[in-house]
Amino acid sequence: MTATGDHPVTPVTVVGGYLGAGKTTLVNHLLRNAAGLRLAVLVNDFGALPIDADLIESQDGDTIAIAGGCVCCSYGSDMTDALRQVLARDPAPDHIVLEASGVALPGVIAASVDLMPGLSTDGVVILADTENLISAAAHPYMGDTITRQLADADLVILNKIDLADPAPSVALIARSAGRAAVVQAKEAAVPPDLILRRYPDAHRSAARHDTAGYATLSLPMVGAIDPQDLAQRLAKLGLLRAKGFVLDAQGARWEVQATAARATASPVSPGGPLGLVLIGLRETWDPDALSAMLSPSGADARSKDTPDTHRETASPPL
Amino acid sequence: METVIYSAKTVITMNPARPEVSHVAVRDGRILGAGSLRELAIWGDHRVDDRFADKVLMPGFVEGHAHTMEGTLWRNVYCGFFDRTDPAGRTWEGAKSLDAVFARLAEASADLPDDETPLSGWQLDPIYLDNVKVSRGQLDAVSAIRPIGVLHASGHIMNVNTRALELAGLLKPGINHPGIPLGRDGLPTGELRGPEAYMPVGVHVGFDRDVLACDAAGLWDFGKLCVRTGTTTITDLAARLGEDSVPMMLEVTGHKNYPARVVPLRFALGSPPEEVIAHAVSLQKQSTDRLRLGRVKVVADGSIQGFSARLRWPGYFNGAENGLWYIAPEQLRELFDRALAAGVQVHTHTNGDQATELVLDTLDEVLRDRAATDHRFTLQHCQLADTAQFRRMARLGMCVNLFANHHFYWGDEHYRLTVGPERAERMNACATALTHGVPMAIHSDAPVTPLGPLFTAWCAVNRITASGRLQGRHERISVADALWAITLGAAFTLKLDGEIGSIEAGKKADFAVLDEDPRAVEPIDLRHVSVWGTVQGGRVFAAADL
Repeated sequence: MTATGDHPVTPVTVVGGYLGAGKTTLVNHLLRNAAGLRLAVLVNDFGALPIDADLIESQDGDTIAIAGGCVCCSYGSDMTDALRQVLARDPAPDHIVLEASGVALPGVIAASVDLMPGLSTDGVVILADTENLISAAAHPYMGDTITRQLADADLVILNKIDLADPAPSVALIARSAGRAAVVQAKEAAVPPDLILRRYPDAHRSAARHDTAGYATLSLPMVGAIDPQDLAQRLAKLGLLRAKGFVLDAQGARWEVQATAARATASPVSPGGPLGLVLIGLRETWDPDALSAMLSPSGADARSKDTPDTHRETASPPL
Repeated sequence: METVIYSAKTVITMNPARPEVSHVAVRDGRILGAGSLRELAIWGDHRVDDRFADKVLMPGFVEGHAHTMEGTLWRNVYCGFFDRTDPAGRTWEGAKSLDAVFARLAEASADLPDDETPLSGWQLDPIYLDNVKVSRGQLDAVSAIRPIGVLHASGHIMNVNTRALELAGLLKPGINHPGIPLGRDGLPTGELRGPEAYMPVGVHVGFDRDVLACDAAGLWDFGKLCVRTGTTTITDLAARLGEDSVPMMLEVTGHKNYPARVVPLRFALGSPPEEVIAHAVSLQKQSTDRLRLGRVKVVADGSIQGFSARLRWPGYFNGAENGLWYIAPEQLRELFDRALAAGVQVHTHTNGDQATELVLDTLDEVLRDRAATDHRFTLQHCQLADTAQFRRMARLGMCVNLFANHHFYWGDEHYRLTVGPERAERMNACATALTHGVPMAIHSDAPVTPLGPLFTAWCAVNRITASGRLQGRHERISVADALWAITLGAAFTLKLDGEIGSIEAGKKADFAVLDEDPRAVEPIDLRHVSVWGTVQGGRVFAAADL
C-alpha cells in the first residue's frame, strides 16, 4: 500500500487510556526497547516530563531526541500538524506512537490519522489501571468515557496487576472491549512487538462501534405511524435487520421487526422506549434515504435530522 | 490637556446614583464627569462638542465572548441565511436558498484572477434550508477546476467540491471515517463532518489550519465590527497567544486609531496546567490599556447541537450518545487550584449541564482547601444549567456569560431534536441567573453568531427563535437588565467593571453612540436601534467613516 507518490506509508499506533493508567511508562518502555527501530512518539504535552532523563539526548522546543534515533514530540492542541512535521523528518520514522489525551476517544483519532496522506493506523492500544479501572468505569462523569475507550481497543494492557486483583478488571474489559486482545502487565512492560504490530481490524476504526462491514442507524420516532405499513416498507429496503417500537395513530405501542425476508408488527405494552434500529451492509448504506423513507408522511422533521448526530471530536467548538 | 464636554440627547450612564444626564466631560481619554453642562463647566477650560446633540450615549458595549477570527472569516464568501454586515459596512443579504448560495459562490468565482485560486465560503446553515445536503457535484457546478469549500455556521461541517477532495487525496474509495459520508459510488459526497475530517481538506480551499488564528488585517477588521456595533471592549475567548501573535496584537491594538480594547484569554487546551498558568502570569506583565492579557479559557465539553456537550440524565432527546470531555476532572482541578494561587482568572466553556456540574463540583472542592476571595471564575455558554446550578454559582462566587443569541439561531433545533421542549425552554436562563444573584453577561460567540450587543440584548429580552416562536417565556429579562448585561455585567465578568461598563467620573471614556434610546423603543424593536459609532478612550469613531 502506498500513499501519494512513492513514499511508503508510515504505521501509527494510537495509545490511549485514562490519566494514571501508565501511558507515559509505556512510552518510556517502548523507547528503551526500540531495538533499532526509529520510533517517533507524540505525547499530548511535556507536563511532568514524560521521558526518563537517561534516554534524552537533547531537547529542542517541542522535540526531544532520544538515544538510538528515536524522537518524542509534544503536540499540544494541534495533533495533525505535529504528525505532519514528524513525518517530514529526515530520516523518516519507522513507526509513530501517538499518545491520546486521557479523555480522548482513540478510535476517532485513529480514523483521523487514516485520512492523512502517508499515515495508516496499525492499532489502538488502551492501557487500564488494575487498581482504578472498576471505580473509574463507575465514575459519574468519566465512566462512559472509560468504557468507550476500551471499546476502541485492538489491545488492552491491564497494567499494575501487582497492585490489585485483576479478576474484576478482566471481566469488565471482556464486557467493554470484546474484540480486543488483553495482556496483563506490571509497569507497562509488554513486548514492543505486541504494541507495534499491525492489528487486522485497525482500519475499521471508524466503524468500531458497529459490527465490521455493517452499518447501523438509530431513528427516534415521535409521530404516529402505521406499524403494518412500516414493517412492509422496511422489508423492502434490503436491510439485514430492522427492529423497534412505534406508536400508531391511536397511541398504541407496537413492536416492528423486519428482515429481507419477512416483516412483522405486533402490539406490545405501552410506556416503553420508542424508535427504530436499522442494520444493513455498509456498501449499500444510505442513511439519508433510509431516514427520508421512514418519516411518517414527512410530517416529522426529527428523523430527517438524525444522521447528523455525528459529533465534533478532536477540536472543541468555540 | 483638553477637556471636551459632549452634549447628547441623553446619556444613559448605568450608574444608579445618576442614571441619566445630558452631558459627559472627557479629559485624557477618561470621563471627567457626567452631569449637566453647568456642573461640568466648573472643571475649568473646556470645549463643548455638540456633534452628539441628537444622539443617545451609553457606556461602550462589552462583548464577553467573541473570537477575533470573525475579522478574518469575512475574506470568504458569506453564505449565511440571515443578513449580516461585514467590516467594510456592506450588509450581505441572507442567501435564502441553496441556489442563492451557489449563485453567490459562482459570482465570487468569476471575480477570481485565475482558475486555480481556491474559493471559500462560510456560515452556510442548512437547518434553515430544509436540511438539504449539499453534494460535491453541486459545488462542481460552481467550478470543477478550482477547489471550493464552504464552512457551515456551526463551524462543525464543511462542504467541498471534487477538486478539493482530489487535492487532499481523499477522492478515493475505501475511506472509513465517521465524519465522511460516502455516496453510492463509494467516494466521499463532499460533506465533511467535524474539524478532524475537514481540516485536511480545508487547507486546500483557503481555510487556515488553525481556525482560531487571526492576523493583523483580521484584527483591524474585527475592530471595525466593534465600531459598527457600539462595542468598545471585546474578548478573544480562545487565543493561543504564541510568540508571534502577542507582538502583533500589541502593535495593532496600540495603533492610535485602533478602536477597541481587546481581552484575549489564553486557551488552555493541550498544555499542562502549570505551563498555562505560568504563561498567563507572564502575559499579565505585557498588558496595555487596549490589550488586556493574563486570563485563561478552558473547555470542558463540546456543543449541544453537535451532540458533543456532556448532558446529565436524561441525555439527548433523540437518544444520541452522551458527548465528549475535553479535560479530565483531575486536570481541571489542578488548573483551578494553580489559577487561584496565582490570582489568574479562569473562564470555563460548558454547554451541557453535566459539564457545568463538574465545574461547580471542582471549584467547590478547590475552594475548600484554598480561600479565594473575588475570583470571578466564569462559566461561558453554560446553556443548559438548571436553577440549582445557578444557586450554586452564586454561592461559589461564580459569574455566568449566557449564550442568548444561540436561543434565536438554534432554539428550534434544541426544542425538537437535541434536548426537547422542557430543557430547551430553560436554556440560557437569564432570568433565573439574575433571580439567584449570579453576575451575568450575554454574548454572541462571534463569528458563530454575529457580533452585536443590542441584538444579543434583543434575544435575551424577547426569546424569539428563528421560526418566530416565543421559547422560554419565563426566562425573558427586562430591557434594563439586558442593557446592564451588555455593559457592566460583561465588564464584571472580566474584572473590568471599575474601569468600564458605566459612564461615571474616573472611568474610561468609552461610549456607544446610538441614534435612538433603546429604552424608548418597543422591546421587540431593540435589535433595530441603529448605532452611529463609538467613542473609545476619548477617541471618536464614526461607523460611516470606517
